[in-house]
Amino acid sequence: MSLNLQSAVPSGPIDQKWTKHKMESRLINPTNKRKYSVIVVGSGLAGGAAAATLSELGYGVKCFCYQDSPRRAHSIAAQGGINAAKNYQNDGDSVSRLFYDTIKGGDFRSREANVHRLAEVSVGIIDQCVSQGVPFAREYGGLLDNRSFGGTQVKRTFYARGQTGQQLLLGCYQALSKEISNGGVQMFSRTEMLDLVVVDGHAKGIIVRNMVTGEVSAHAADAVVLATGGYGNVFYLSTNAKGCNVMAAFRAHKRGAAFANPCYTQIHPTCIPVSGDYQSKLTLMSESLRNDGRIWVPTRSELAEKIRSGEISAGDISEEDRDYYLERKYPSFGNLSPRDIASRSAKEVCDEGRGIAPTGLGVFLDFRDAIDRDGRDSISARYGNLFEMYEKIKGENPYSTPMQIFPAVHYTMGGLWVDYNLMSNLPGLHVAGEANFSDHGANRLGASALMQGLADGYFVLPSTIANYLAEQEPGSVTESHPEFSRCLEETNTRIGNLVSANGKRSVDSFHRELGLLIWDKCGMARSSEGLEYALKRIPEIREEFWENVRVPGSGAQLNQELEKAGRVADFLEFGEVLCHDALSREESCGGHFRLEHQFGEDDPEVIDGRTQAGEAKRNDEDFCHVSAWEHTGVGTKPKLTREPLVFENVKLSIRSYK
Amino acid sequence: MNALTRAVLSFWDSSIGKKILVAGTGIALLLFLPGHLIGNLLLFAGKDAINEYALWLHNAGHGGLVWVARIGLLTVLVVHVLLTVQLTVRNRAVAQKYSYPATNRASRSSRMMIWSGLTILAFIIYHISHFTVRIGNDYNGTAYLTSLPGHEGDVHNVHKMIIDGFSHTGNTVFYMVAITILCSHLSHGFASVFQTLGLRSRKSDLLIARAGWAYALLIWVGFLSIPVAVLFFGYGRT
Amino acid sequence: MNFTLKVWRQNDGDSKGHIEEYPAENIPIEASFLEMLDIVNEKIIGDGGSPIHFDHDCREGICGMCSLTINGVPHGRENGTTTCQLHMRHFDDGDTIWIEPFRAGAFPVIRDLVVDRSAFDRIIAAGGYVSVRTGAAPDANAIPITKEDADHAFDSATCIGCGACVAACKNSSAMLFVSAKASHLNHLPQGAPEKDRRALNMVQAMDEAGFGNCSNHYECEAVCPKSISADNVAKLNRDYAAAAVRKALA
Repeated sequence: MSLNLQSAVPSGPIDQKWTKHKMESRLINPTNKRKYSVIVVGSGLAGGAAAATLSELGYGVKCFCYQDSPRRAHSIAAQGGINAAKNYQNDGDSVSRLFYDTIKGGDFRSREANVHRLAEVSVGIIDQCVSQGVPFAREYGGLLDNRSFGGTQVKRTFYARGQTGQQLLLGCYQALSKEISNGGVQMFSRTEMLDLVVVDGHAKGIIVRNMVTGEVSAHAADAVVLATGGYGNVFYLSTNAKGCNVMAAFRAHKRGAAFANPCYTQIHPTCIPVSGDYQSKLTLMSESLRNDGRIWVPTRSELAEKIRSGEISAGDISEEDRDYYLERKYPSFGNLSPRDIASRSAKEVCDEGRGIAPTGLGVFLDFRDAIDRDGRDSISARYGNLFEMYEKIKGENPYSTPMQIFPAVHYTMGGLWVDYNLMSNLPGLHVAGEANFSDHGANRLGASALMQGLADGYFVLPSTIANYLAEQEPGSVTESHPEFSRCLEETNTRIGNLVSANGKRSVDSFHRELGLLIWDKCGMARSSEGLEYALKRIPEIREEFWENVRVPGSGAQLNQELEKAGRVADFLEFGEVLCHDALSREESCGGHFRLEHQFGEDDPEVIDGRTQAGEAKRNDEDFCHVSAWEHTGVGTKPKLTREPLVFENVKLSIRSYK
Repeated sequence: MNALTRAVLSFWDSSIGKKILVAGTGIALLLFLPGHLIGNLLLFAGKDAINEYALWLHNAGHGGLVWVARIGLLTVLVVHVLLTVQLTVRNRAVAQKYSYPATNRASRSSRMMIWSGLTILAFIIYHISHFTVRIGNDYNGTAYLTSLPGHEGDVHNVHKMIIDGFSHTGNTVFYMVAITILCSHLSHGFASVFQTLGLRSRKSDLLIARAGWAYALLIWVGFLSIPVAVLFFGYGRT
Repeated sequence: MNFTLKVWRQNDGDSKGHIEEYPAENIPIEASFLEMLDIVNEKIIGDGGSPIHFDHDCREGICGMCSLTINGVPHGRENGTTTCQLHMRHFDDGDTIWIEPFRAGAFPVIRDLVVDRSAFDRIIAAGGYVSVRTGAAPDANAIPITKEDADHAFDSATCIGCGACVAACKNSSAMLFVSAKASHLNHLPQGAPEKDRRALNMVQAMDEAGFGNCSNHYECEAVCPKSISADNVAKLNRDYAAAAVRKALA
């Protein structure tokens, strides 16, 4: 029996679907709302906003996060900004244009109706945040300022210096704090979800571990919302926080929720390059830097070699010896080409031996011309904190020496499959933010993650969740249900197995090994050969992990190795799902680039100039669908179900940024 | 309890409320010191000047003003000391020590406020016993009565009392040490008043800090000039 | 590079801690401070020991989770830097480095270098927000805010809530944190209606949480990784006084 993937998209013209859906949605009257309880896992933009808003509506909310405070969720690290179709700049922006840019940016692999709703809702997000006191950048006239971001030709990005995510999350955290103080939200910090409890096919609760006392406990509710972020740390090195993990989503997957499009992983073009194998994480330099910075490498590999060895520096390279390859290849978007394209181009020039970092993997992001044009002060006002951050890490001053950058894993477009109501195929289980798959297709545009997280949390989920809850008897399932004790027992056994493994290798060493393999075989460029190799290796690593991992200490107290071990154990299973998806998707689109599927010199599209050789070649005939994977057991191939993507409002075309 | 009492009590109980009261009483003490100093400096204007000033102080408002001032100052002092001791006890209770302690910016004066303050308190008690209550000396005896031109009958010879007081090396050294500690206390206290009352900013920081040092220096030089003149230069001693 | 570490080890909140010495050997000069600890931990685990526990998450200086006192200075001697952004090239080969938790009575140790900073959350819940419901907001440009005010509010709002200010304070005072949070909102028209309530309630929550009081040493400002200004403290003092007077008289 294949999965039942009903997208629940309402009928009617696209710009009326959301209004119509809200009108047709179930309502629960205020006194009855109090009787319903909702569990929200994660306190980032999506989870925090959802928890706060659901509580404002009157639901009883329990919110969980693994950090010591909800304010530390990794949404906080988003730098550049948040998109909204406000058209404050009068430069031709509109809901339709944001919709179209996002669909095209996602390489025509997202669900039209979801994306259109996102664009509609974007407008209200900015209003909401400003009223919470989010200090967005302003012009001297007192009105909000905007900047532009990759993949768009209008200025629709609202920002708070280079710390937009932080300011939005603080606004959201404050709203959450208000509800905590009102008693509507019960907050559980330093508490990690270890399992999903499914009763009669419905998600009715979770198993969590108090990371301080080690106590494992069960929590039941009428519905569960996962807002647990992405799985970028399967690559070990990424721009994600060290604690980001796939556990909550993967546990739900193992309990029956479909995982959609895991192969859509975003490699961000502007990160600080890796410098050694001791490295624990990669640091993003905001895409907004590409507004003024110019990306280049030397035209010849001999010059690059001299830079690498320290013989000459960037300043010694004359203008004609510099290849501003993005400006050359994509004249109309230039340095603001979308992330997947900019990343792949960086990889290409480095593969040609023209990389300038000591490892050979790095390109220049140069502000010389912008500083000459606008002055050091105005560049500093725009990017001061980013320049400082770069200098702290690299020990070089980007005002005088060009930055070195290289792509790094940043965001994951794939996630748990959800319908238009953000409900997964498991009734009662809702998924919001990066944890779901819905809005970004195969590639996410800059400044759209914050938009989606907040759209889901503030506006979509609080409204759509009533459709499920209205059909439920409040409090019908409690922790005394036998399924909860069964899940508790399973979780305790698993913790026991990890602690008693008593092998020789550290958890990190396994994580690094897995990450390197996945980066190599399922990173910026993938091939069936490489993916098959990865699918052979992952189970071997996993097997060794369970035999030879060492987790010192017990489960009865704060034990960071145990926390990591649980997460890595899930990455070791999830990695396979990722590679299976990448292998089965025989096309290149967005963040998924298959070496076998790129345009060649003889393709008619290349000959007639619509694109060029080496660009990603989509296969709309066979792959214009969502791939949703169903768990079938550890080590066995997950089962694929396809949700066809129907485009009624946009025409599928070659995604050209020429 | 009515709303006003409640509001006042919660102000008194709060850390900022206490700090503001410390700053307020601090201002009163900061204003008192220059007045006291100017009176003392009359010593250099001759015997009659300072004796007349002392007499005026004692007789002003039919002899009542000096008591108003004394009670006022005493209250201010008691509140200032009581609250700072309360605040310090609280701080000691909640703070924890590092195995490897370090200081980044706090001045030495700022870090020893409670100790400088308590030393000054001890000094004030001693000083009042010495010159106001006149315990342990014969300043109240007939040897310290003198005539004052334009005044009938004898008056207290404050001039002689000060000269004799500062002719004693032990007294004088203690006095000088105490005044020095007082000025360290003032250098931080002066600037702190502005911060605690919300009148300082990064822009005015240096100005206020410098004004604090200048004030403390002035008080230091002023008060020390008398014992130095008496003990080391024999001023007024026959 | 090689270092000698003197690290605070404490099994849990109830047990007594002590300083223990560890060698940190063959540390690459490009490594960050936390990566240096990762390398040391890897060795400890390999030797069958119990790794040093420390809080960290984003490792890019924004989440505020990392919280080490390095040679007596919260986040170390580099100005405007979190522990995770501190790099080993700022140390000399052969240095002895003391690593302790953020110490304060209101930040009880959970294990080793990990402390409980939930007191900060309680202070925010007491009033560090604007009471606005989702969906009730007017257009974002309906209330113009001067660039200066917006920038000012932003400067206060960049506080990452790490608690270094408390850890550096001889009195364990949380005034820099509380004042930054209060003045971010008190600076904006959106925060104005609740200004008095916010000042009074947040200060009360701060006192109840067991923090000390401010005695204007400015150690907090010196160690703050986001260079939050102690001007905020002055502003909170002023706002508090005004609120208290208005409350008493109203």
